[in-house]
Amino acid sequence: MSEEPGGTGDSFTERLKAARSRQGLDAPPKRPGGDLSGDGPNPWGIGLRVGVELVSAMVVAVAIGYGLDWLFGTKPILTAVFVLVGGAAGVLNVWRLFAPRHGT
Amino acid sequence: MAAEGSSSIDALSQFKLSTALGPIGASVNFTQANVMMVVASVLTLALLWVGMRPRAMVPGRFQAAAEMAYEFLMSMCVEMIGPEGRKFFPFVFTLFFFILFGNLMGVFPYFFTFTSHIAVTLALSLLVFVLVTVVALRLHGLHFFSYFMPQGIPVALAPLMVLIEMISYLSRIISLSVRLFANMMAGHVMLEVFGAFIVMLGAAGVIGWVPAGLSLAVNTALIGFELLVAVLQAYVFAVLTCIYLHDAVHLH
Repeated sequence: MSEEPGGTGDSFTERLKAARSRQGLDAPPKRPGGDLSGDGPNPWGIGLRVGVELVSAMVVAVAIGYGLDWLFGTKPILTAVFVLVGGAAGVLNVWRLFAPRHGT
Repeated sequence: MAAEGSSSIDALSQFKLSTALGPIGASVNFTQANVMMVVASVLTLALLWVGMRPRAMVPGRFQAAAEMAYEFLMSMCVEMIGPEGRKFFPFVFTLFFFILFGNLMGVFPYFFTFTSHIAVTLALSLLVFVLVTVVALRLHGLHFFSYFMPQGIPVALAPLMVLIEMISYLSRIISLSVRLFANMMAGHVMLEVFGAFIVMLGAAGVIGWVPAGLSLAVNTALIGFELLVAVLQAYVFAVLTCIYLHDAVHLH
């Protein structure tokens, strides 16, 4: 079969691409974000990761708030403030988990 | 060990530490967890040394395993951190294999899983955290602190955002260590619970034999699941270390 330059070139590329994707030779298209969460697509893994991120931010925030309260003798106030900040930081962590990473 | 006959399942005593190596170990508190850490390190070295000894053009099994591990982790470092990732490859490689062998050995009977202790995982994640912070400070100096200031936010919100970013940064220590620790501990508790079911139901006479067999089937599946979790968690730990190092090298 003789191939003319120009016209059939595109169709050859297309057919090659189709054949390659049929055979699974091409890498699957990248999922938008979240593919760095190593626990895989398993929903339990994702749930566990989100839970850990939320809780760990809260733990750090409460620890800081409690420590500052102990330092300054303002017993409940700073802990209460830092609980709110910790919740926000947890949401930020979860956002980082699923947001598309830019500039890698 | 399950208390035989009684209805209580003692799933947590498997994590109890005891001193190893006789009186010498007892005097310096050298526990079985420490023994397993040494074994994990020796196994890693053995894999590389025994594997790479032939230096064959066409690798044998061990050499292929060693080369694949090297290439896999090297490409992970370079892809995730960037060209600077080569410098951190030894650290990530060591970390990955230490955790991997610690996790995998825990699946075998009579072996102790040192990664099921929060003390161990917290020490590892603190190591990562300190390294990441030191790298960021050395590369960027005081400019590093701009990491806590997201771009393009109103000045009025800056104090709040900096606070939130700092807590988010600090929470890496907890999330990194708790993830590994919780996964390993939960898996081993499950194994222990179903193992106790087998013993207790099997002792209950003929009626208990069917559920005991089911428990055995569940436990068999759980062992496979544990192998998956062991590799996955070591991988996750290494990947997250790489991501944090990327953030430290590039800031944002």
